[in-house]
Amino acid sequence: MQLQGKVALVTGASRGIGAAIADALAQQGAIVIGTATSAAGAAAIGERLAAQGGFGRELDVTAPGAIDALVESLAREFGDVAILVNNAGITRDTLLMRMKDEDWDVIMDTNLKSVFKASKAVLRAMMKARSGRIINIASVVGAMGNAGQANYAAAKAGIMGFTKSMAREVGSRNITVNCVAPGFIDTDMTRALPEAQREALVGQIALGRLGDAKDIADAVVFLASDRASYITGQTLHINGGMLMP
Amino acid sequence: MENIEQRVKKIVAEQLGVNEAEVKIDSSFVDDLGADSLDTVELVMALEEEFECEIPDEEAEKITTVQQAVDYVTAHLNK
Repeated sequence: MQLQGKVALVTGASRGIGAAIADALAQQGAIVIGTATSAAGAAAIGERLAAQGGFGRELDVTAPGAIDALVESLAREFGDVAILVNNAGITRDTLLMRMKDEDWDVIMDTNLKSVFKASKAVLRAMMKARSGRIINIASVVGAMGNAGQANYAAAKAGIMGFTKSMAREVGSRNITVNCVAPGFIDTDMTRALPEAQREALVGQIALGRLGDAKDIADAVVFLASDRASYITGQTLHINGGMLMP
Repeated sequence: MENIEQRVKKIVAEQLGVNEAEVKIDSSFVDDLGADSLDTVELVMALEEEFECEIPDEEAEKITTVQQAVDYVTAHLNK
């Protein structure tokens, strides 16, 4: 149990990578709070994590004040957040020629601005505690680009720049800030892709297969643990060799 | 109850990791006590908590010495 008793907040923990991360942190003894955008989703997370002492909470990361309010209530209920995993994200894929302002804005708000807001919300307590772990889920697309995902790629690359800046700002307080950049992971998000595109993508992966959400979760557990105490400002690419930056 | 100056000095010493005796009324956080920009932000947060007030950013920037902190707190506690 590497994370015994530590309060971990995982945004977007209903499905896919976020769910795997929440489960893996809970298995290491963390008190995990996973968020979902709906009350039903939060309840489902609560049920899933109950056996390990985890909880589900409703959170729309784009709602004004919602993240601050959640972080405050968690502090009262469980103690200050020691591990923040900014995982919540959506796609709104379309070719740039067709991309509307709204397609851009909703991705920036949900995928990038939420990282800023959540990181800031937990920072004060981490500064005081002189310790903390922030792990941001970026994407291989943020490093290599992808046709049809200009908005998503921009947000994910933005997360990487944010991560490096924040790591420099708070390193002296023993707070580490890192990214994990998943490649092509088998989740609902990638299952939505057309079969031909999936096959083409797999062809670019050195290991010749999709990744599993657990592959990402294991890396997050590592970065959250004491064993990763000298790692900050980094982006850990987990993509089966799809991109070797 | 300690007076405001003593309370401010105590917080400054705690936050900046210096001996309380080193903290003089005219000490500058950065020049005399070795604070960096992050230290000064933390110091203001600690003052906010100790005196249960909110110090706006534009005011916080002007607080660079122990005297200025004491003056700010004195002025705003008596409201």
